[in-house]
Amino acid sequence: MTRVGLIRIAVIVALIGALELACRIGWINHRIVIAPSEMARALVALLASGALNADIARTLGVVAIVVVLSITLGFAAGLLIHALPRLREALDPLFATYYAVPIFIFYPVLIAIFGLSPIPIVLIGVATAIVAMIIATLNGLDRVPRVLTKVARVHRLGRFATAMTLQLPAAAPYLFTGVKLSVSYGFIAVIAAEFILSPAGLGRDIADAYADFNNRRMYALILFLLLIATVVNTVLHTLDMRWAERRGAGRS
Amino acid sequence: MPREVHAHVAAVTRTYAAAGDHPPVHALGPVDLELRKGEFFAVIGPSGCGKSTFLEVLAGLQRPTAGAVTFEGKPVSGSVADGIGVVFQEDASFPWLTVWDNAAFGLRRSGVREAEVRRRVEDAVAFMGLKDFARAYPSQLSGGMRQRVCIARTLVLQPRLILLDEPFGALDAQTRLLMGDEVLRLWRTTGATVLLITHALDEAAMLADRVGAMSARPGRFIEIIETGWPRERDSGIVAEAGFGEITGRLWERLRGESMKALGHAAVTAMAAE
Repeated sequence: MTRVGLIRIAVIVALIGALELACRIGWINHRIVIAPSEMARALVALLASGALNADIARTLGVVAIVVVLSITLGFAAGLLIHALPRLREALDPLFATYYAVPIFIFYPVLIAIFGLSPIPIVLIGVATAIVAMIIATLNGLDRVPRVLTKVARVHRLGRFATAMTLQLPAAAPYLFTGVKLSVSYGFIAVIAAEFILSPAGLGRDIADAYADFNNRRMYALILFLLLIATVVNTVLHTLDMRWAERRGAGRS
Repeated sequence: MPREVHAHVAAVTRTYAAAGDHPPVHALGPVDLELRKGEFFAVIGPSGCGKSTFLEVLAGLQRPTAGAVTFEGKPVSGSVADGIGVVFQEDASFPWLTVWDNAAFGLRRSGVREAEVRRRVEDAVAFMGLKDFARAYPSQLSGGMRQRVCIARTLVLQPRLILLDEPFGALDAQTRLLMGDEVLRLWRTTGATVLLITHALDEAAMLADRVGAMSARPGRFIEIIETGWPRERDSGIVAEAGFGEITGRLWERLRGESMKALGHAAVTAMAAE
């Protein structure tokens, strides 16, 4: 492990240790926050009981659907918009201001239309994540060096072959940024939607535990979501770094 | 000197259509040129005179507005003919592929058998001095080596006409001299016809059998100079007295054209203000 990696772990361990100490000596009221070691014990017990299995499956399933839809549809829309410059010109201001609009205001409307099913959650998740993928696709395609198009013509590649063998790999680092953002936004949107109004899911569980003053369960669930998010983002970050190193990030 | 005509450019012009507030731009011609089979021809001219446009029309990357281009007796227009290879000024190596896979790209796309791909790539990579870097990625190489990767990618296709669009433009002077030696070696070994676009007088004078001096835009050949160098030559030729005479003569022809081009640039800049 690198020195920076060791420092990073030391900082996290120190923060967790400080929280543990603050809880144990009573600086933080245990009715507000429980000690991290208690959170971990509660989580292990919850997972061992199997009581969370259905909610874990539901939430992660919905997140997976949201991420797959956002990435595939966002990429396809990005390709289409990139190929139509006038449409691009018309949509660019909307993309630039998209995340200034609180998309969650449409959630009640979606529930009114589709009921308390996973569909409104999937739709709100896709609506939150898809534009990040579209913007990343446009950004990536904009940065494909023009000389590659000439190389494609020298090799007599058709449009599809050019897109798949040259443009797509050349744009890949930017597309991967879109993938990372879509995963993060998708995760946030699904948990938040479940938290607000949903009959099931981990977000619903946290809301219920909060309403019941069940701190052990609530913090165990929060810890579980933190761990999942950390693992997913670490895997994506590691892949990104490995590819960036190979391709020479920052190469002029 | 072989006399067989390999590529023929006849009364070619290229005008770019008006775009928005910009009027049409007459970039090239009329240009006439007979490229002899197996010769090394350099095109030199002031910035923006249409050298690269000329190369792209000859390659088939652009259609001429008027006139005709033939390669080995067949018309070239709008698509790159079999047997023509192009190396560009910009770094066109694929950063996601190793040196080996970069070189193999065109062959694999053409469906050549893997054993044949391996043989040709091995030869090209060794020829370009990249054998020890075959598994490296372009990001791990210098600018000159990346340009060699692009040349290797062209070389494996065994082109009979190699078009080089200022391939050493981004390299330092010493690396350019050494790369010039590499290109001369490549030219002698493959027997291909080579057309080099350059803005460097010394590069044109050192490498070419004939140098075509182009006017300011719209580019036309104002003189074609025979260098008279032997086929077996290298960058050591820059020390010869004849080298100075050729570069002097080229500069004499180009000085006025370069000033005209600068005038164009100044007028364009003033109009933009």
